[in-house]
Amino acid sequence: MDSVYKHSRAWKVSWLFVLLAGFSLFFSDIEIISLEPWQELKRLFLGLLTPDWSNFSEIIQAFLQTLAFAILGVAGGSAVGFLLAQIFHWRWIQISCAFIRAIHELFWALIFLQIFGLHPLTGLLAIGLPYAATFAKVYAEILEEGDKSALQAISRNASTISTFFYARLPDLWEHFKTYTSYRLECGLRSSAILGFVGLPTLGYTLSSAFMEGHYSVVWALLLLFYLLIATIRYWVRPALLPVYIIAAPFIVANDSTISFDNVQRFFTEDIIPAPIMRGDSLSESWHWLSDLLVNQALPGIANTVVLTQIALVASGILTLLFFPLISSHFFKPVGRTLGHVLLVILRTTPEYILAYILLQLWGPSMLPAIVALALHNGAIIGHLIGRYSLEIQLRADAGRGLNRYFYELLPRLYGQFLAFLFYRWEIIMRESAILGILGIATLGFYIDSSIQELHFDKAMILIFITALLNVLVDALSRYLRAKLRLTTNVDCRASNDYCTARE
Amino acid sequence: MKLKLFLSLLFSALILFSNVALSATPKTLVFSAIPDQDETRLKQRFDDIAKYLEQKLGVPVKYVPVKSYAAVITAFRNNQVQLAWFGGLSGVQARLKVPGSQAIAQGIEDTKFRTYIIANHSTGLKPSDKFPTGIAGKTFTFGSKGSTSGRLMPQYYIEKHMHKKVGDIFKRVGFSGNHSKTIALVQSGAYEVGAVNYQVWEKELKEGKIDTSKVSVIWKTPTYPDYQWTIRGDVDKVWGKGFTDKVKKALLELKDPELLARFPRSGFIEAKNSDYQPILDTAKSIGLID
Repeated sequence: MDSVYKHSRAWKVSWLFVLLAGFSLFFSDIEIISLEPWQELKRLFLGLLTPDWSNFSEIIQAFLQTLAFAILGVAGGSAVGFLLAQIFHWRWIQISCAFIRAIHELFWALIFLQIFGLHPLTGLLAIGLPYAATFAKVYAEILEEGDKSALQAISRNASTISTFFYARLPDLWEHFKTYTSYRLECGLRSSAILGFVGLPTLGYTLSSAFMEGHYSVVWALLLLFYLLIATIRYWVRPALLPVYIIAAPFIVANDSTISFDNVQRFFTEDIIPAPIMRGDSLSESWHWLSDLLVNQALPGIANTVVLTQIALVASGILTLLFFPLISSHFFKPVGRTLGHVLLVILRTTPEYILAYILLQLWGPSMLPAIVALALHNGAIIGHLIGRYSLEIQLRADAGRGLNRYFYELLPRLYGQFLAFLFYRWEIIMRESAILGILGIATLGFYIDSSIQELHFDKAMILIFITALLNVLVDALSRYLRAKLRLTTNVDCRASNDYCTARE
Repeated sequence: MKLKLFLSLLFSALILFSNVALSATPKTLVFSAIPDQDETRLKQRFDDIAKYLEQKLGVPVKYVPVKSYAAVITAFRNNQVQLAWFGGLSGVQARLKVPGSQAIAQGIEDTKFRTYIIANHSTGLKPSDKFPTGIAGKTFTFGSKGSTSGRLMPQYYIEKHMHKKVGDIFKRVGFSGNHSKTIALVQSGAYEVGAVNYQVWEKELKEGKIDTSKVSVIWKTPTYPDYQWTIRGDVDKVWGKGFTDKVKKALLELKDPELLARFPRSGFIEAKNSDYQPILDTAKSIGLID
């Protein structure tokens, strides 16, 4: 029987994703492995009551390093990104940027560690390079979408440079500023995480403390990190930035050196596939490659996709649960404040650290990764949707509670919600891959294993595959957004929202 | 304006870096060690060793903490570290990557090293001299991916006795990261069975860190050579002729029990590259080295 009622495309696509996630659940491994996970969780939260500041100088040192790497990486990235944005209409610049962006900071760090070792350039480039590519894209979008009416008032004889500074920049400056300062917050998270692979930032101290179960130290570090991010708007001031940028190199400098032989060796030996280096026959080379593809790349891709799809839908579900917490349509101010605190904490904690914590507690199945990704992304999108919900004016006789949620708000917010979720899709996939370093069998696991076994040629091929997968998801997400006619508010001046969704 | 400022600052930053990079040959001897246990205490463990070496050698010596086995090898290869306390496997890998480098000293215990297979009591597995085939189908954790006693040797012996790849033997295979963590994970039951460096086990047992009502040793591997000090071949060029021998002598003369406890070893004896041929062969046989 044909129903007169026709489902919208958004409705069908949503169910398609839910079905895919359900299907993926069959292939995922989501058990809690620890025998006493709650015991450990209790110990973790007891640590919150007794934060341990006794290693204060070490903690401060870790924070200075985290700050310095973040500031230098983001400053360098934004300067390079700004220049690239001017020539972003060149196709090959777009492609290279998309590719560089598709590789996570931690993977870049693993690569640069091989080239520059413990030299500060490793951390600087690991943040700066992918950030430059992202800056280039977003700055170019800001330039593209900005108000161009001032151009008509400019003399035709004006040079390109003065045209830019007089007719374009004044209008767009706020956009650049808002986006760049938002990225500094991301930079702090990235910088903190780099410690997990050996840079002297927060993650280094944090992972060591975690390894030994020193939860009081863990909390001291985390609390200070929340404080740092929560107060960001007070200490990041245009007037202070030059001071930070001048001070930062002195903080990150150490006495290790760069040898150009190493750089050369990396490019001419390390990453050249072993069969080529050995001069193997074609069939031997094929054997090497197919072994890599069948035993590492394929299972890695499968697990990465499975994790991504489950985490995406789980993030969506959490978003729908989270957003009412901060919406005046549902809660009074006291309740909303609690909601805000919860969402800020989940948003601020890098998903890598969240996953790391849960992994220590529950053991290395996909479950901790799913929960971490869903909590972090659900909190980000929940925050955005909650804010959008405030703009909706309800009639005085609108229903309350669940009726209000399902019949009044959800239908009006759903397009916005899907748009943000699809923006985060690619980001969730990049994170799914990287969480492999923690022991879940996504692509990151195989990449990390290759590096630990000093097979950089294999690692590079796997990183390349990871990047391709990301570019593919990005394209698919753009296609779906266009097909469903989903757009979001692109005004960076009004809020951080656009930036937050884009990352 | 802002952009100019950004750029000029960026440049000054780069110049600062390159100054560091261009400074002449390193005068400080830098050493490192694989992060095999208790990562929060690495610096406390090795800073005093640096002091001892500095006093014996008459040149500045510095210890740098490193997060992974592979990172120590990379630093050694990049000449950011000239002397390292390696495991058997990491030492072999490092010497393959840096021709001319040599193993100069090993712990007395390292000539006859072992791996203990440990199990949580919920498994019901009992200690025996025969290989415990009952571990099949359990969850299992190695130590670090690049560890000799925590990965290479246990994987070799398990695959040899079970005639299968580890991935097909166990319900789940993990890498804890280091030996202390392996013990903690098997004790808590997060993994049912694990492979651990026997020295770390004995040390933590003595310190009362292990709850023997929950976890115990069920099998010991045959002995094999393990940890050693390895030094780069070009140090004599930098610090003068005979420097390698001086370092070796300093290590062999290290008698302070408190310093030795940091490793933990009862003393150091001479070592040479060929002592580690069995490790190289084993690594090749399970495909860790091409």
